[in-house]
Amino acid sequence: MTEQPTVENLIVVGSGPAGYTAAIYAARAGLGPVVLAGSVTAGGALMNTTEVENFPGFPDGIMGPDLMESMRKQAERFGARVEWDDAEKLELDGPVKTVVTANGETYRARAVILATGSAYRELGIDDEKRLSGRGVSWCATCDGFFFRDQHIAVVGGGDSAMEEATFLTRFAEKVTIVHRRDELRASKIMADRALNDPKIDFAWNSEVVAIAGENKVEGVTLRDTVTGEERPFPVTGLFVAIGHEPRSELLAGQVDLDAEGYVQVVGRSTATNLPGVFACGDLVDHSYRQAITAAGSGCSAALDAQRYLTELVDAAGEADLAGTPEAPNPDELPEALAELNS
Amino acid sequence: MATVPVTDDTFRSEVLESDVPVLVDFWATWCGPCRQVAPILEELSEEYAGKIKIAKLDTDANPETTGAYGIVSIPTLNVYVGGELQRSIIGARPKRALTEEIDAVLTTTV
Repeated sequence: MTEQPTVENLIVVGSGPAGYTAAIYAARAGLGPVVLAGSVTAGGALMNTTEVENFPGFPDGIMGPDLMESMRKQAERFGARVEWDDAEKLELDGPVKTVVTANGETYRARAVILATGSAYRELGIDDEKRLSGRGVSWCATCDGFFFRDQHIAVVGGGDSAMEEATFLTRFAEKVTIVHRRDELRASKIMADRALNDPKIDFAWNSEVVAIAGENKVEGVTLRDTVTGEERPFPVTGLFVAIGHEPRSELLAGQVDLDAEGYVQVVGRSTATNLPGVFACGDLVDHSYRQAITAAGSGCSAALDAQRYLTELVDAAGEADLAGTPEAPNPDELPEALAELNS
Repeated sequence: MATVPVTDDTFRSEVLESDVPVLVDFWATWCGPCRQVAPILEELSEEYAGKIKIAKLDTDANPETTGAYGIVSIPTLNVYVGGELQRSIIGARPKRALTEEIDAVLTTTV
């Protein structure tokens, strides 16, 4: 276990569009943020996508992983320090917050921005875990290739499901979208694309209730959500795109969460119930959940954190910064913060 | 020791006939999580040099081996000991989870 020697201004936990945008703004404000990017989740949900067509500024689209790499470079250019490590334990109470990572480092900071995003929602049925990676998949861009000329089912009715289904037609002989209702939740452009694709058909009012197969998926059982009737459905691949859950499990008991596990923020700000702790991106967002809205709220979080740190300096005066045990010499505070303060 | 690229042609000699256990990373250029786990595997190949070999097989270019082991999800990290598939780790994992898996293999084989 190593304890980092300094108390940082700001730790950003997470590295999707929200985390990296927060890091860009905080870095440009001279706060020298530390970004705990995650060891295998760095870059966030867009790392599993192909073409991002709706991020402003890229008229020809941009590949998700390329967009995230660009954001990281942009943050690093202004002095953000990106660590490929996972936050494992957070102590967010009090004037100095600590984050302990999987690699055994302890980071300390006066402010923390939570941007841990969301994780794929699971179907929650038997055999899903056992056959995960053996025909059950959450990543069409990773695994679609292995289902060449096969029949695949995609579960879901939103944009992610449409995108996955459309992408999978590159490989599959046929793709069936399994949806609980008789209409889609997806945006019109994504829905139309799927509805007009000759390789895609739909199992409306249907849900997957069982998955068959010893070592790999050999079929699923669909239940009609209206009649309750069940029928076997022979597919070799099952791609699940039924939405996301906020990744807030490390925060429970410290930061106020709502009934669904999203972090609660005050009004239109990114402030949580704890002073100096801010939250943004999919972690707080019930409704929009887009790369650009996440980026926007990451920006807000950085500005909120910057204001908090400035007030901390103001309140502490020249001599004693908020009485924190390892208070830095105000003369050594980043220039931008000093400027704001003057 | 860095990671070793293997192909359909070299899989037998590099992996199945290896004197030390081999962890094979089944990956592809278009796979985001594969990119994410790649630097961890490079680090592990240095840290476990001489104890376990870490090999990388591009599934896109090597369909024979990929098919033979029924790979339908990547990254898949397969561990081979004495030519036998002993353990299959599907999906990118944090470094500590991988060291635990490798240590478990090494304690059972030594």
